[in-house]
Amino acid sequence: MIGATQTKNNKAFELDKDVENQWCPGCGNFPILLTLKKALAEAGCSPENTVLVSGIGQAAKLPQYVQSHYFNGLHGRALPVATGIKAANPRMNVLVTSGDGDVYGEGGGHLIHTIRRNPNIAVLVHDNMIYGLTKGQASPTSPKELVTPTQPRGVYNEPFNPLTLAISLDAPFVARASAGEPEMTKEIIKQAIAHPGFALVDIFQPCIVFNKKNTYQWFKEHTKVLDESHDPTDRAQAFAVAMADDEFALGVISAHHRRAVYEESVGIYDDDRRALYERENDWSMIEALLRTRV
Amino acid sequence: MAKQKSNDFTIVIAGQAGQGIESIASVLTHVFKKQDFNIYVAKDVMSRVRGGMNSITVRVSGERSDAFRSHIDYFVPLDPRAHSHYKNRLNEKTLIIGVAAGDDFKAENMSTVNFVQLAHEIGNRIYANTVAAGTILGLFDLDADIARRYMQTFFRRKGEQVVSENIAAIEKGLKIGKHIAFEKDVHLALETKEDVSEYVFLSGAEAVAFGALAGGVNFSSSYPMSPSTGVFTFLAAHGKECDVLAEQATDEIGAINMSLGASFAGARALVSTSGGGFALMTESVSLSAMTETPITVHIAQRPGPATGLPTRTGQEDLNLALYAGHGEFARAIFTPGTPEEMYDITAHAVELADKYQIPTFVLSDQLMMDSFYCVPREAFTRKEHHTYIEKTTKGYQRYEITDTGLSPRGVPGYGEGLVHADSDEHDEDGRITEDMTVMRPAMMEKRFFKRRDLLTEESLPPTRSGPQSAKTLIVSWGSNKNVVEEAVRRSGKKSIAALHFSQIFPLHPDTAQILLRAEKVIIVENNATGQFAELIARETEIVCQSRILKWNGEPFSVEELITKIKSLA
Repeated sequence: MIGATQTKNNKAFELDKDVENQWCPGCGNFPILLTLKKALAEAGCSPENTVLVSGIGQAAKLPQYVQSHYFNGLHGRALPVATGIKAANPRMNVLVTSGDGDVYGEGGGHLIHTIRRNPNIAVLVHDNMIYGLTKGQASPTSPKELVTPTQPRGVYNEPFNPLTLAISLDAPFVARASAGEPEMTKEIIKQAIAHPGFALVDIFQPCIVFNKKNTYQWFKEHTKVLDESHDPTDRAQAFAVAMADDEFALGVISAHHRRAVYEESVGIYDDDRRALYERENDWSMIEALLRTRV
Repeated sequence: MAKQKSNDFTIVIAGQAGQGIESIASVLTHVFKKQDFNIYVAKDVMSRVRGGMNSITVRVSGERSDAFRSHIDYFVPLDPRAHSHYKNRLNEKTLIIGVAAGDDFKAENMSTVNFVQLAHEIGNRIYANTVAAGTILGLFDLDADIARRYMQTFFRRKGEQVVSENIAAIEKGLKIGKHIAFEKDVHLALETKEDVSEYVFLSGAEAVAFGALAGGVNFSSSYPMSPSTGVFTFLAAHGKECDVLAEQATDEIGAINMSLGASFAGARALVSTSGGGFALMTESVSLSAMTETPITVHIAQRPGPATGLPTRTGQEDLNLALYAGHGEFARAIFTPGTPEEMYDITAHAVELADKYQIPTFVLSDQLMMDSFYCVPREAFTRKEHHTYIEKTTKGYQRYEITDTGLSPRGVPGYGEGLVHADSDEHDEDGRITEDMTVMRPAMMEKRFFKRRDLLTEESLPPTRSGPQSAKTLIVSWGSNKNVVEEAVRRSGKKSIAALHFSQIFPLHPDTAQILLRAEKVIIVENNATGQFAELIARETEIVCQSRILKWNGEPFSVEELITKIKSLA
């Protein structure tokens, strides 16, 4: 997934112009942005071979603030767009950076089937357990009993567990990071980029305006960094860690090389590595096909 | 029975799904085509895999006649319920050859043949369809060797015994057919002047798929939905050899977004769907427009609302395509009416999407998708592809405002520039903006007004057929082209001509003038409201005096249109 040319410049993904940032001061997205830019550079990606894809939401604005290609699409639809980009040009490093509402809510169906399809992309979900841009409604990961403008009696839906879902679908790389742990998050993102196949990184992040419960302090108190005894290639262990709801694990929960990568399975790159835009239809093949219909 | 003089007749094979009407039709079409007769095949099938009542209409003619005829000259029932099911298409001139009716249906002109029993005599009931095919072929003065050779080729893989028993079955059928022809005094003298055996025989779905290939499509993500699936099946089957990545999505929203991602990365993408699936895609049609990411959507129409009649035909989704997507933006909608047009126009729609960085639409319907046609090889011309993708340089701006109204299109990884696509209103660099004084108007001007004008200039003109002096115009779009033209021709009236639109939006600038010259305009549509008539009225302020509308899921037949046209014109 990583480009041939190593990026020496750690500032490569810093914007070369002024773009007004639309996030609230102190937003948990800032450390993720900073961490991602460092991770991309350290992973050897270059702006020219990196495409960031997002849906809609505050987290989905992240690509605006990175020196790279990007496609900022519709709410919930980042994953099929990212799959299409990777399928049409496997040389690109394709990352999705979007929020919990976008990837787990509106785009939930795409998440399931993109993991099944297994393109070599990294999906970073900024999980602040709330809807920010629409001002504070519950998200799929909101904790029970959280009171919001649209859940005045408190959340009663069971919170969505993205990690167990991804592990049940045998995603090649499943990890959890935290905006409050930038160094560890950076290393996890680098691994997610390097790992072949679909990589999900759920990144805990506070929303300082609309989620007064899940703060930096709360995340610190309710998370535990996985130690070396955890074997991410062991699916049963990974499940056990992902299911724990008293203390959330941080680190690489599941990582394996058991599955074929989508764009390597489609056939058209078997003996021709060129991207689709570099190819032209072969009229003689169409003619030959027409002859079979005579 | 009177001697058959017609150089044009219709055979219908009817039975339950799974009884093998398709295999009978494929023998017939092969043999007729090899002897240079034109074939047009239309299917009438229920939305189920087994049982029910299905039929295949095979129209055989000396001159090409790709329109649906209601009247059946030779009816081949495989099921005792078939007679009553199709009684409206039968009359005293119809020769019925097959099983006896299981109810009180009275056949005036029937030869009862129990194909299954005859097949048993050969050794296995599976040969019943071959016996049936042979029986029909036996009515005609044809080269029986072609049928034998077909059996040899078709069943070669199944071994010597299967081949020889199928040949025995076809011989048996031919003999019975000859006997019936003698008994019923049937003399069929077909004449042909065309080299049909060298024509391409293909379905409408394949014509669209060939058009997509010729237009340079190399990516298609779709979700199965009748009657559109054939296009996608074809692209998937031939993807490797033709360099097309065909991916089955898990829903229509994923399908169009995947194609948009591929298109953003530089692929030429086409999505094939039907009305219900397209309804799900509409938000992303708007995304295509806003991000200026080219996409072509093929919509094979079927009657709605909701699930409607999945295997029947209709033209109810013109408005859906016209208004699909929130916000205002430029689009082009094509409505081919023949296999040649399906090929040419699909290729054109794909090219146009790339040229103007917009969504384009090809509207077909169940009738066209599932029909088979004989088309001269020369019709499938090689299409020129222009490369609209440019190598980027540092500082590249995806949405640069230019004099032409088009921004140079870069793709990620080609050149040193960075490509930023955004579904929010954006500036020239693709960054979110809320500058409503300068940037929003500039982007709207580029995205909508300029492109609308460019598309209008390039719009395909309607095609007219019939007497130049005619003062009454019968207007059609999409699949009704052939049936309207034939009805106009056969009506024998010098005062009427046909006018077909293979692009319904934007309308060709001459449309108003053409319609104003007519004293009377009659429109033919397979919907309940006259959606195209309404569009014409909106765009040209011309009101069609009469509307011939049909929305029960069945296609117009030549006969019913002749009657309706005569009563109105």
